[in-house]
Amino acid sequence: MVGIVSYGFYIPKNRIRTEDISERWGKNPQHIKNSLGINEKAVASHDEDTLTMAYEASIQAFKGSNIKPTDIEAVYVGSENHPYAVNPTSTMLAEYLGVGNDYTAYDTQFACKAATGALFSTLGFVQSGMVKHALVVGADKATGRPGDPLEYSAGSAAAALIVGTQKVILEFLGGTSYSSDTPDLWRRDGIMFPSHSGRFTAEPGYYRHILGAAKSLLAKYDKKPADFDHAIFHTPNGTFPARAAKAMGFTIEQTKHARVVTELGNSYTAAAFIALCSVLEHAKAGQNIFFVSYGSGAGSDAFMFRVTDEIDSQRKGLSKSVKSKNYIDYVTYLRHMHINQG
Amino acid sequence: MTSIIGHYTTRFGELWDKSLYDLVEEAVFGVLENTRMEKGQIDAVFYGNMLGGILENNVHGGAKIAELFDTHIPMFRLEAACASGGIAFHNAYKYIQAGAAETVMVIGAEKMTDYPAEIVVSALGAAAAGEEQEAGLTFPGLYGILARVYMMKYGYTEEDLACVSVKNHFHGTLNKKAQFQKEITVADVMDSAYVASPLKILDSSPISDGASAIIITKNKQLISKAKYSINILSSAVATDSIALSKRANLDELAATVHAAKRAYAEASLKPQDISIAEVHDCFTIAELLAMEDLGFFQKGTAGKVVRDYVTRHDNDSAITINTSGGLKAAGHPVGATGIKQLGEIYLQLTGNAENRQIKSARYGLAHNVGGSGGTAVVSILGI
Repeated sequence: MVGIVSYGFYIPKNRIRTEDISERWGKNPQHIKNSLGINEKAVASHDEDTLTMAYEASIQAFKGSNIKPTDIEAVYVGSENHPYAVNPTSTMLAEYLGVGNDYTAYDTQFACKAATGALFSTLGFVQSGMVKHALVVGADKATGRPGDPLEYSAGSAAAALIVGTQKVILEFLGGTSYSSDTPDLWRRDGIMFPSHSGRFTAEPGYYRHILGAAKSLLAKYDKKPADFDHAIFHTPNGTFPARAAKAMGFTIEQTKHARVVTELGNSYTAAAFIALCSVLEHAKAGQNIFFVSYGSGAGSDAFMFRVTDEIDSQRKGLSKSVKSKNYIDYVTYLRHMHINQG
Repeated sequence: MTSIIGHYTTRFGELWDKSLYDLVEEAVFGVLENTRMEKGQIDAVFYGNMLGGILENNVHGGAKIAELFDTHIPMFRLEAACASGGIAFHNAYKYIQAGAAETVMVIGAEKMTDYPAEIVVSALGAAAAGEEQEAGLTFPGLYGILARVYMMKYGYTEEDLACVSVKNHFHGTLNKKAQFQKEITVADVMDSAYVASPLKILDSSPISDGASAIIITKNKQLISKAKYSINILSSAVATDSIALSKRANLDELAATVHAAKRAYAEASLKPQDISIAEVHDCFTIAELLAMEDLGFFQKGTAGKVVRDYVTRHDNDSAITINTSGGLKAAGHPVGATGIKQLGEIYLQLTGNAENRQIKSARYGLAHNVGGSGGTAVVSILGI
């Protein structure tokens, strides 16, 4: 059996409320909450970045599991905000974790699905027997240009998954991907903020790919929405996943544990895994999980998992991290995001 | 007599999978199919487009359309900002009257949504006076000034302006080609963000893609063979100072007043003879000014008329305005707008306007404005 053997996450304590951003721009906060479905977002501190958060999430994944860092033979980190353009986050992370030197590593980049893409490859890698254990991390410290709608949603977090074949908590049942050349959001090297084409990111971007992958997964394995206990659709905001789930015929009950974006914001590459971590806090042994990510550019990875009896030994409370928070004002937010430095 | 013998309009909206010439192609072959005509029966093409040169570095539109037609007939690309469609029609009509051709296709098209809003707004700004652009005035800003003057002079409120949007959105729900198919309320308009006070998002026409085409001819055989045809009774163009600062009055668009006067005289008709009009409502204030400048209502009274929704299609009044949804709800792909307006009058006068059809209309008017009133085209059509 191949699948996820442990998981960890890290959510910075700082939060900024939608109101505290909207009032700076003379916007009605209720309009923004209605259209984005986001009340507040998590913000990494000025001394945190993709690497520090990836480290925090990874050590939580090792904690309580029977896997040691030296058991890891592959380390992959997906992010839209790697600290270096050239110099891998994955080797720095492995070094800090004490993985040793007998591992392969690389960083991945595919907008918000850089980590689920790595997970896709890793599951195959482990299934083939080439490595026994692999660490896959999604981490981001994201923001939008001040005044851009992304400013309300782009947040910070990290999540780490260890993939293996022993004491699996989440059995991999199958997956598929849907990709195309659709430039709905992009950021050139050296440019601080991403550009996007407004509503174009919705229909030809998010919905086409996420529904494309979701439908193809159901068709490939001859499944229907009712076969799943939990459904996770990538969470760039609170409204897109709800509409996608509804379009596919999933119920509110099936998606209720995946909706942490409302209180945490969109942690880009970490977002899909954070929603999965939230579901794992509640999922019971034997339940089936439907999980689809989305990355601009564009593509979606769709997975089916079954929760095993091992879940209880590894269960972690994401809700505690959601509740543990410290509100900051807009200027403090700018300082934490280094926006004052241009 | 020269007649419109066919019309086709693409869906208006954010048509991300269509290029400018995909839209032109759809309109060209759409109108040929609707009229059951062949490319070879067209003697010339007049094409209205504003932004192809600025946004796409693509101005030689006639030759591009020649490629679609696989022909060597004369083709002309005309530009007068948002009145590009209207002046393409006007010149095509005069071309036929001058005897240069019998049958002409008039196309209007615009592709706007491939570019960020700020680039499109800046490109549209090219149609304003240089010194006013330098002062930072955008088109919403210019029309905001006109709205402020009108409201102050005649004692109207932002809620009164909002009624224009509410009516046109209602009409949009009846037009399956319209960009917006959703009813809105005065409260929705009032609740929307300011673009240039007193004008808000929901007072403003959107950025749109779309194309529209008509075929006009004086060939009697073609007219009698046509399933539906209407007559062109007049078409007049008038201009005015491009800068608002040089205008005598800011509670009217003098170009509209002058064009209308000539169009009525040429058609031997009065404003009261018109029962259906498509007017240029790029912003809500523009419809109020048009209602008065075209002579349908006394100066200073349109604000009250719109409050009672008198010009809505189901009110069976003497004049119904913007059944297509207007620029506000049908969308405003600038070069296409003037042709779509003529197309809407064609549909209404021939009884083909489906669920937005008004009762027994004999005369219709299309009013297309370039910039903030630098150019106005008024055309009168009849059966």
